[in-house]
Amino acid sequence: MSVRRLAPAEVQPKEFAFTAENLAWAKQQIAKYPEGRQASAVIPLLWRAQEQAGGWTPQKAIEYVADLLGMAYIRVLEVATFYTMFLLAPVGRKAHVQVCGTTPCMLRGSDDLFKVCRNRIHHDPFHVSADGDFSWEEVECLGGCVNAPMVLIGKDTYEDLTPATFEKVLDGIASGKPVKPGPQTDRQMSAPVGGATTLKTVKA
Amino acid sequence: MLDDKDRIFTNLYGQGDFGLAGARARGAWDGTKAILEKGRDAIVNEVKASGQRGRGGAGFPTGLKWSFMPKQIGERPHYLVVNADESEPGTCKDREIMRHDPHLLVEGCLIASFAMGAHAAYIYVRGEFIRERERLQAAVDQAYEAKLIGKDNVHGWDFDLYVHHGAGAYICGEETALLESLEGKKGQPRLKPPFPANVGLYGCPTTVNNVETIAQVPDIMRRGAAWFSSIGRPNNTGTKLFCISGHVDKPCNVEEAMGVPLRELIEKHAGGVRGGWDNLLAVIPGGSSMPLVPASQCDDLKMDFDALVALKSALGTAAVIVMDKSTDIIRAMARISYFYKHESCGQCTPCREGMGWMWRVLTRMAEGRAHKREIDMLFEVTKQIEGHTICAFGDGAAWPVQGLLRHFRPEIERRIDQYAANPHPEPVRAAAE
Repeated sequence: MSVRRLAPAEVQPKEFAFTAENLAWAKQQIAKYPEGRQASAVIPLLWRAQEQAGGWTPQKAIEYVADLLGMAYIRVLEVATFYTMFLLAPVGRKAHVQVCGTTPCMLRGSDDLFKVCRNRIHHDPFHVSADGDFSWEEVECLGGCVNAPMVLIGKDTYEDLTPATFEKVLDGIASGKPVKPGPQTDRQMSAPVGGATTLKTVKA
Repeated sequence: MLDDKDRIFTNLYGQGDFGLAGARARGAWDGTKAILEKGRDAIVNEVKASGQRGRGGAGFPTGLKWSFMPKQIGERPHYLVVNADESEPGTCKDREIMRHDPHLLVEGCLIASFAMGAHAAYIYVRGEFIRERERLQAAVDQAYEAKLIGKDNVHGWDFDLYVHHGAGAYICGEETALLESLEGKKGQPRLKPPFPANVGLYGCPTTVNNVETIAQVPDIMRRGAAWFSSIGRPNNTGTKLFCISGHVDKPCNVEEAMGVPLRELIEKHAGGVRGGWDNLLAVIPGGSSMPLVPASQCDDLKMDFDALVALKSALGTAAVIVMDKSTDIIRAMARISYFYKHESCGQCTPCREGMGWMWRVLTRMAEGRAHKREIDMLFEVTKQIEGHTICAFGDGAAWPVQGLLRHFRPEIERRIDQYAANPHPEPVRAAAE
């Protein structure tokens, strides 16, 4: 486990409220859980708040979600600090790059992807690049181990990377013309390169 | 090799349509009403007879687990919760089911919920699987639209299915931590007993099953327990999704029969070990929590629950991580220890403090900066963590280190000797230079 703290007061926005659209969505989410159990919706709501706030979770968003769900601030604060997908400080405007460094990715060369991040974005994780567009971090297993090494950027994964294809992925995001997510080599999802060894007699 | 006709996940690679039309063409939602008409007990007995064991790692018999639920629905509603918090390093099978064959899971949820008297089920998807969650939600929406689930559906069992998600905590794959998280709290495991079948989600009777387990159920019911149990061997029946990652030429997911030889799995489907079979150093056979198996034991290894237990390892999630002779095995295991340090929930002292301690010692050992007596001390500490925590996380973090010490002690000693002979391989520059 790691100790995670909220960003300092000077970078925290003064207020936070869901847009009308997000508020309607939030009410739908709360309705998924039985009467009196609306606290169950805390993770989905915080996640939506993080998306709305530009990829990180400000203190005001935590308090807003707590008020919406009738929870004590501390209960939502401990959720926001426990789950590591809630980023507690500002991230790159265009992308926060999450590079998997766990053993299956490490065996397939994720060390080289970190070098790309260090050279291109910032020497240290959780620091925004000089132009403000990118930030990066090392994350634990992203669950695409047969497509290692991989990164998660926003909602999409980019898999089977080399330093060169990783640079292309980042170029695409920087220039506003992102490459297609998924495997960056010629392969069908998690099938072996060169074609599946099974399911040949099954009509798609 | 398993015949294509015996495979359950026929859209594993997403070659076809994930949606309702495609799923129906592949056989999903066929005769579901007739299955429910057999009745609760018949379904539980059929799953028991199939010998299916949970696909999430622990391998607990599914039918038996279901039978722990109260027979009558009392004042408290029953729940099915599907564990889609797939985060075990090496494992990426449930992801394929959710994004390419989600209707098998939706149908399985209906059948399993009916068998346990549950009118509502939650699927807890790990937070990072955002696209997978969208796919799954789309499939659920299609099923509602077609009146396959929901109130007054065509199957005559009112059933609501909700997709929920986490936010990046491995520990939420532990069933009681998952329930805590689903209730909107930190994912810290609960003490057992009471078991979830008595006091689970919102204090109600709950069963937690893995995605693959549930998604296999419709086919077990359609084709019969005898078909399922004819694959593999007794106590290790059926088909299994294997994930082969690491140092192979063509890493891939594949559905194979339980008990498939490791060598066949690697050579037939994954293009072989990089540099040939003789270049194999070790495999981790079931996700990062399981002790590694050295190459010397791999030649005739069959991939099923009992065969791996005999080697003091386990099938786990059937995620095979292959390491060839170029691997720095100590560093590879130190990285796994770092994973556990990062993911410990912090509730129990042996785990919270022990994970960081093991990682720091292993990191030093990877460089050779250690004493040989520390090897025994490390083993001792793993034994003090194992079995002394609320959940099995502590065990799962201790086992891979024990596996390393059991099989690669000479390598650790060699590295310590090497460092002792030349303590500063890159000499520190003196200030005068």
